[in-house]
Amino acid sequence: MSTASSGFKLSEWIFTTDHKRIGILYLIGSIAAFALAGIMALLIRIEQSSPGATIVSDVYTGGEQYNVWLYFHGAAMILGFLIPGLTGFAANYLIPLMIGAKDVAFPRINALSVWLFWAGIVVALLTFVVPDKPDFMWTGYPPYSIKSGGNLALYVFTVHLIGFSSILASVNFLVTIIYMRAPGMGWMQLNMFIWGSFTALIIQLVFVPVLAAAVTLLLFDRYLGTHFYDPSNGGDVLLYQNLFWFYSHPAVYVIFLPAMGIFYEIYATMAKNRIFNYKAAVYGMIGIVVVAGEVWVHHLYYSGMPDWIRIGQMVTTLLISVPVGLMTISMFGTLYKGAITFNIPMYYGVAALYLLLIGGLTGIPLAMTVMAVHLGETSFTHAHFHFIMGIFATFSVFAAVDFWFPKISGRMLHVGRAKVGFWLNFIGVNVTFWPLFIIGVDGMPRRYWDYSQFPAYFADYHKVATIGAFIVAVGMIITVSNWLFSAISGEKAGNNPWGSKSLEWTHTETPPGPGNFPKDVVVDAEWTPYNYSR
Amino acid sequence: MKRVVSAMAMLGLGLTALLAQAGAPGAVPDPAASWNHLWRDVLIDLFIIGAVFLAAGLYWVFKYRATREGQVGEGPKLSKMAAISFAAVPAFLFMADDFYLAAKGWTVWNEYRNVPRNALEVKVTGSMWTWSFEYENGVTTIFDPDSKTGDGLVVPVGKPVVLRMNSVDVVHSFFLPEHRVKEDLMPGRVTYLWFQPKAVGETIATCSEYCGNRHSFMWTKVKAVPQAEFDQWLANMKKGGQGA
Ligand SMILES: [Cu+2]
Repeated sequence: MSTASSGFKLSEWIFTTDHKRIGILYLIGSIAAFALAGIMALLIRIEQSSPGATIVSDVYTGGEQYNVWLYFHGAAMILGFLIPGLTGFAANYLIPLMIGAKDVAFPRINALSVWLFWAGIVVALLTFVVPDKPDFMWTGYPPYSIKSGGNLALYVFTVHLIGFSSILASVNFLVTIIYMRAPGMGWMQLNMFIWGSFTALIIQLVFVPVLAAAVTLLLFDRYLGTHFYDPSNGGDVLLYQNLFWFYSHPAVYVIFLPAMGIFYEIYATMAKNRIFNYKAAVYGMIGIVVVAGEVWVHHLYYSGMPDWIRIGQMVTTLLISVPVGLMTISMFGTLYKGAITFNIPMYYGVAALYLLLIGGLTGIPLAMTVMAVHLGETSFTHAHFHFIMGIFATFSVFAAVDFWFPKISGRMLHVGRAKVGFWLNFIGVNVTFWPLFIIGVDGMPRRYWDYSQFPAYFADYHKVATIGAFIVAVGMIITVSNWLFSAISGEKAGNNPWGSKSLEWTHTETPPGPGNFPKDVVVDAEWTPYNYSR
Repeated sequence: MKRVVSAMAMLGLGLTALLAQAGAPGAVPDPAASWNHLWRDVLIDLFIIGAVFLAAGLYWVFKYRATREGQVGEGPKLSKMAAISFAAVPAFLFMADDFYLAAKGWTVWNEYRNVPRNALEVKVTGSMWTWSFEYENGVTTIFDPDSKTGDGLVVPVGKPVVLRMNSVDVVHSFFLPEHRVKEDLMPGRVTYLWFQPKAVGETIATCSEYCGNRHSFMWTKVKAVPQAEFDQWLANMKKGGQGA
């Protein structure tokens, strides 16, 4: 009995403990969050397309509308789309299949995780229903978040639910990877996506509790009258910022590492090549786990922190380029002497190479304390993290869906539509974010909807960026609708359409049935997921 | 291995020389000019790295396309020594570049944080959603962005200005785009920044830490005038009943 032929029963999906179905539930939730957050992005872009009130009511109260869009866009993209898309959907669907396991270690806890995530999404959606809409950005900095009329409890409970879901998922997958690998599968034989997820989940397990604590204290300050962040009563404003970024910078790697893992899989499969210097890439990923917790102050370079720590963490932040550089070299090197086939996943793969460079390199000035003192909080920063966090990571989720689509749905993707979608997405993001880099260097601040104090040419750049956002929107609609369309009417896929050597392709049916593998998987010492030419 | 060691020694020497250059005495520091200079250097650095990687990546993508059915890649199986070198050499190069940038950044940073002794001190208070400026003689000014009235921050050309800043409500950030500097203001702490007004004219300062509804409108005029004019303005303000 395979998942495809059993017919659709809603109760089977609600009570499922099958990691593949749970993965798909994560995917549906995260794409829903992505769509809503994307609509917010369009509203933001329309508003910014000209100075003054463009679509908000007027210059005095317009902020009340605009700031809610900003809040929801940030919170939903990060907590609702990127993290669940990568450590929820991709991790769930792929980890057991790649290591030859029948399921995760704790399938029921896994089901709890996904429903906690959905509960988090529902609570986040209440934003649009309550009269006191949250307006304090996804960062929730006090004292503003405490003084604001916006509903802080909604924000904190969203973080609690999704955070709890993440912690449970981390434990579950770490145990799965450590104890449930197929007999004979050594650590240096693992898929790069497994390494990416493993390192990301360690970071998640260590740091999410810090975020949970930080926002809980916020809740206490607001509703119980405590003074953790209130300097007039012995508290400290910067305490929150430190706690928040102590989690939220590592959260970047929770997204980045599995995203890299996905592109490694695509590169190796489409180039039919071994990962170039596999061990260096693995140690690079482990290196990121080591430095992840020592760089958060680069988010506080102009926040009045002591000078010595601003300089100290400039050095640690710059040093991130070493592990990331090693990973990048091994990613590029995987193309070297390959036998590359171009198809949709590889389109995203090649785009990723460019996005990684632009996003990564523009991070270097922001890592330098003195450069950030001008560039920080401008649209240069905004464009930088959209290239690396927003677009690189989003493309990794899209590439993952496209790459594993035959396995998940049992059908092939319609190539033509997928290509149109890809090109619109790729062109659109460049049209959107290059202008923002440029006016960012000239001083355009983030989170502004009016910018009349700046030179008039800023409006031209904003207009171009707005056009870009709509190109992306069309691309995304085509891409996502193509998934639905192809899942229903695509050509039937074989078990291993890409000719991969990884277990999820070589040892399972398409789509894989309950228990994943018809026969128990055993691998020998020679096996790797990349042994195209021994 | 020997070569790596000698290269490291060279780099160490280079760094020392660079640091020694930092803060050469005599010259009037101009942080914004140093920033612009460093920005150009950083862009060149990034452009080189980016171009090398992008060229290699794109070249390989096109060069190593599969030409026949069933073809497999022939990427090298690295020997232990080769694997270590392919990790150690790039790691060393990246680190060298990091330390180079860190050293340069630190030099300019020192300019940013060491306030010249002759600096004019102005107290800045941020509140939702206004900036107010208090001069040493007690004169206080504000600027109203809606009516575009009020003096805002008035400074003399050629004299460094240090702002001692505090907020009465939420976190704000005083951002002077022309002067390439910003620093946050918050309750419970006094922060500072300094800048060097170079030419007569009007620029702006604007809030760059999100502070609610009117965040976009929290800006002020920054007017740089000749020293004599400044002195007169300050005296007139005082006479006009300000800061009694
Ligand atoms: Cu402000």
